[in-house]
Amino acid sequence: MAEMSPPQAARLSPPIRPEFERTAPRVSDAGEIERPLSLWEHLTNMEGVRRGAIVVALMVAWQLYAVWLANPLMFPTLTDTLRALWDGLVHGVLLQRIGATLQVLMTAYAIGIALAAMLTTFAVSSRLGADLLATLTAMFNPLPAIALLPLALLWFGLGVPSLVFVIVHSVLWAVALNTLTGFLGVSETQRLAGQNYGLRGVRYVALILIPAAFPSILSGLKIGWAFAWRTLIAAELVFGVSSRSGGLGWFLFEKRNQLETDQVFAGLTCVIIIGLLVEGLIFRTIEARTIRRWGMSRG
Amino acid sequence: MSAAATHPQDQTYSPPQAGPLLEVSGVTLQYKTRDLLVTATRDVSFEVYPADRFVLLGPSGCGKSSLLKGVAGFLKPVAGFMRLNGQMIAGAGPDRMMVFQDFDQLMPWKTVVENVMFPILVSRRFPRAEARERAMASISKVKLGKFADAYPHMLSGGMKQRVAIARAMAMEPAILLMDEPFAALDALTRRQMQDELLQLWDDIRFTVLFVTHSIEEAIVVGSRILLLSPHPGQVKAELNAHQYRHDHLGGSDFMALAQKINIMLFAEGHHG
Repeated sequence: MAEMSPPQAARLSPPIRPEFERTAPRVSDAGEIERPLSLWEHLTNMEGVRRGAIVVALMVAWQLYAVWLANPLMFPTLTDTLRALWDGLVHGVLLQRIGATLQVLMTAYAIGIALAAMLTTFAVSSRLGADLLATLTAMFNPLPAIALLPLALLWFGLGVPSLVFVIVHSVLWAVALNTLTGFLGVSETQRLAGQNYGLRGVRYVALILIPAAFPSILSGLKIGWAFAWRTLIAAELVFGVSSRSGGLGWFLFEKRNQLETDQVFAGLTCVIIIGLLVEGLIFRTIEARTIRRWGMSRG
Repeated sequence: MSAAATHPQDQTYSPPQAGPLLEVSGVTLQYKTRDLLVTATRDVSFEVYPADRFVLLGPSGCGKSSLLKGVAGFLKPVAGFMRLNGQMIAGAGPDRMMVFQDFDQLMPWKTVVENVMFPILVSRRFPRAEARERAMASISKVKLGKFADAYPHMLSGGMKQRVAIARAMAMEPAILLMDEPFAALDALTRRQMQDELLQLWDDIRFTVLFVTHSIEEAIVVGSRILLLSPHPGQVKAELNAHQYRHDHLGGSDFMALAQKINIMLFAEGHHG
């Protein structure tokens, strides 16, 4: 090596070192390899514990501020709110109101998904359908559903059909758009594999396209749910009740008019809790059982 | 199926006793891209006999994958015909199982055993009750018995390809179609997979139509090699390679054949 290289000082050659082999790694010298974490480290590693601590801190701050303010008309204390919530759930109308709201919501959500499924099926099976869906979503997706409420009241009158119309509108485009995006994103290989097994038509859509596009579909369902929930509460605030069965939004409006502010806070708490339960519990569980288990999503 | 031979090395040339399993005759294939109509192959003919390991070899653009898609029924020829067992090929079907190059050919929402059972169930090729048993047998043939209940995302690339092969084998197709199945694997795994495929062939003597752009892979895997020239794909030669396996790598016959193919494919074919 050395004699082959020209005698230039600037030209570097690596030093030639002796070779060696090790028989066995010396485990005993390695020192501490693993050690259980302390209880405190365990607790602070749990997201739930950390976030729970923040909630508790906020609740304490709320109570302290409200007691200091001492103006239950404007800002009731946490304890008053919790009492109102308890009374409302056990004796009062709160449970009925929640029931009415959820019933309208589920009806409209189901109709919206069914319509989205039909539109998307049409869109994947023909170019006209795809263009139609693309144009419709481009037009209606940016239009806040609540903006259609005056028109809905004109067409369907005061009552549940108007609410359903508005919510269907808020669900339909989000779900259809995401489902179509998902279908278009299914890889060529998976499509060909499905055709290879002789799958055609509905069976091909149900057994290949839907599961392969499930991450997109699920995110569409989540967005649709969130739109529907916000739209419904807002719509109920506007006209609320036709017969005697109003929803949660109506409850908020009614209690504010009667200056029962602790009841308003209790109603808001219900809105938050239901939203959290559906988004954090139902959808999270579906996600964990499906796309995360299949390695189609991280996080 | 063919002349029974315990070792492929003992195989000597024997004229075909039965008719061809797959006949491809004067096939011209075209496909559309966004703004072009591309002629992938022109007037290609070849015959595959039972238990052949028939390799389509050529540089990219020679239409070898298109030919495979044609046989699979994904692409309709604009001229010529393809017959399998004397029947015209019209559309895709589970009698021709395809193994793709991409690892995502497995369905991520199904476990290994469910993936292998899936085509059996949807094509009703075998009774429902048998599906699981057949799937498990096929999975243990590719040595993945321990991973039957794992999801594809937990497997390595080589293991995914083995599952795809097991899935195709479990269907006992008339012909197995493989589209560069080992091209995305690392060199060591690729070599191992080639050996395993040959062992499987020694066991079951299936018929396979195999697409590759690697000359070495063609010689090792194939018993007969169809050389295609590019743009559009046309038949250049058909060669025998049944006598070679990995043990022959670097041997003078092997090198000579590789050199011959190399010259045929590249030396003259270059039109600037």
